[in-house]
Amino acid sequence: MGILEVSNVNKHFGGLHALNNVDLNVEQGSVHAIIGPNGAGKSTFLNCLIGKLKPDTGSVLFEGEAVLGKKPHQINQLGIARVFQTPEIFAELTVMENVMIPCYAHRDGAFKINAFARVSRDSEIRIQAETVLEDMGMKEKISQHAGSLSRGDKRRLEMAMCLVQEPKLLLLDEPTAGMARADTNNTIDLLKHISESRGITMVIIEHDMHVVFSLATTISVLAQGAIIAEDLPENIKTHPKVREAYLGEAEV
Amino acid sequence: MAKHNDKLVLLIFSIIVLLAPLLLAPTGAAYPDLMQRFAIYGIFAIGFNILFGLTGYLSFGHAAFLGVGSYSAVWMFKLLSMNIIPGLILAVAMAGLFSLLIGYVSLRRSGIYFSILTLAFAQMSYNLAYSVLTPLTNGETGLQLRLDDPRILDAAPVEGVLPSTNLFGLEMREVFWNPTFMGYELQFNYGFYVSAFFLILSFYIAIRIFRSPFGMMLRAIKTNQTRLNYTGISSRPYTLAAFVISGMFAGLAGGLLATMDPLAGAERMQWTVGGEVVLMVVLGGMGTLTGPVLGAVFIKYFENIFSKINAVVLHGWFSFMPTWLENFIVMIIYPFVGKGWHLTLGALFMLVVIFLPGGLVDGAKRIGGLFRRKTKQEA
Repeated sequence: MGILEVSNVNKHFGGLHALNNVDLNVEQGSVHAIIGPNGAGKSTFLNCLIGKLKPDTGSVLFEGEAVLGKKPHQINQLGIARVFQTPEIFAELTVMENVMIPCYAHRDGAFKINAFARVSRDSEIRIQAETVLEDMGMKEKISQHAGSLSRGDKRRLEMAMCLVQEPKLLLLDEPTAGMARADTNNTIDLLKHISESRGITMVIIEHDMHVVFSLATTISVLAQGAIIAEDLPENIKTHPKVREAYLGEAEV
Repeated sequence: MAKHNDKLVLLIFSIIVLLAPLLLAPTGAAYPDLMQRFAIYGIFAIGFNILFGLTGYLSFGHAAFLGVGSYSAVWMFKLLSMNIIPGLILAVAMAGLFSLLIGYVSLRRSGIYFSILTLAFAQMSYNLAYSVLTPLTNGETGLQLRLDDPRILDAAPVEGVLPSTNLFGLEMREVFWNPTFMGYELQFNYGFYVSAFFLILSFYIAIRIFRSPFGMMLRAIKTNQTRLNYTGISSRPYTLAAFVISGMFAGLAGGLLATMDPLAGAERMQWTVGGEVVLMVVLGGMGTLTGPVLGAVFIKYFENIFSKINAVVLHGWFSFMPTWLENFIVMIIYPFVGKGWHLTLGALFMLVVIFLPGGLVDGAKRIGGLFRRKTKQEA
């Protein structure tokens, strides 16, 4: 039994069969990478998981509970957090406020009118937020506006916003896309740190083979909307189908 | 997090409001009727800012809630009592109910579509009030008090005289103190202080909302709604709550307008009234605490004082000059004052939007910053 079980998911866009009977089983505590050439359906698949798209058929079970058809905030409340390709943060708010909001969402649920409570007096929330920011090495930037952060710090902040909710599953959509090598390596270290210290299960969609082979404990290969292989990283490199569909383009 | 000294702000705000009859005397705006308008439109703008300033949802329909407030209050004056309390309670409740209905439908869309939906609703309400709902609103003439209204809680009125609005016997219109101070004749009346009380209360509520987790969520909606949804927050109930709260503030303002003058007309629901409150908030500084009140005072001052400057007054100002120069200067200035006050206001609005996107409050802060830098250099 995995924490996330995807079975038989199909999605059509007009004549295009974007996802073709996709099955996926993510084990608790693993870092599961999904790779594939451009247009293989990686993003479509992720969008189906988080409620942005609704697949035509199939089921997605998270800890035995059906995810499909739920709204994004409901899926988050189940314990699934998401990191975007370009960091999605609250640019006009301070770093501290950015982390306090998911903290409130985790404690108080999707909606609560607490118009007469004072943010400044809620030490529980503040301590939680400060702890995570310290862990991410952002303690000095607490009162800075999030929009003024560097790209790398925005990524860290987004990660902090996810972690403060203590998610059971973290979905990452190309977390190092467009990053310089140094930033990419920092992100890899950060993710390793999170995975090892907190044991959070991760599903990561990635182009960069360096990132994938540094992090993943299991790799699934998606090609033309179908999973063609799922194995340990060292076996994926030599898998004949994979080499044919994908890795043939460039030697790993 | 930045430290806010809210208690001090509230204290200074209250002192300024309570001393308004004295402080406004040199500006020529210190008559009860206008000061009461300042306070009432201040309440309207404070409420509107909770929706527009925090969430960024631009509604053009808030005039409808102002109108609903006025109609409700006048109905209470007709049926129940000339005491303003039941009138104000019904005004806030009805506006809340109405805004729940309109907000629920309009908030299915965001951005420009939301604005257009609210605009459509406001025009619909105006037309309903003007024609179809005549039994409720008395159509074109407007809802007025009549001698034969039941007023079941009140004692029998003096024969042939319309009763006036009061708060447990204190008449709204009554001037209770009329001293002369430094050559100015000051007027302290009950009506203004009732409105001032509600203005300070509204300001306090706004401060609490701004500093609450609820307010933080509203600001988060403005900056990145997608992120908020993926963070586990359902944004629609938050925007709806903000919409209803601002609608209730508008209802209170409408009710208070009726206590000033117990007459409610459909023109109060015109979308231009809803547009005016947008101007107030943008001019004063959207998303700030004091900005909306400042904007409201500014616009109402222009509307009532600036518009009274006519050619005779202008000639009076420049009479010390040679006649040809006097005539020339008056000719230049004349289009911008008196009936042309909209022209000045429009130009000013453009200047603020282009050079001071944070509104007048932002301007005051920048000037304050300049002074601080100067004194530092001198020290």
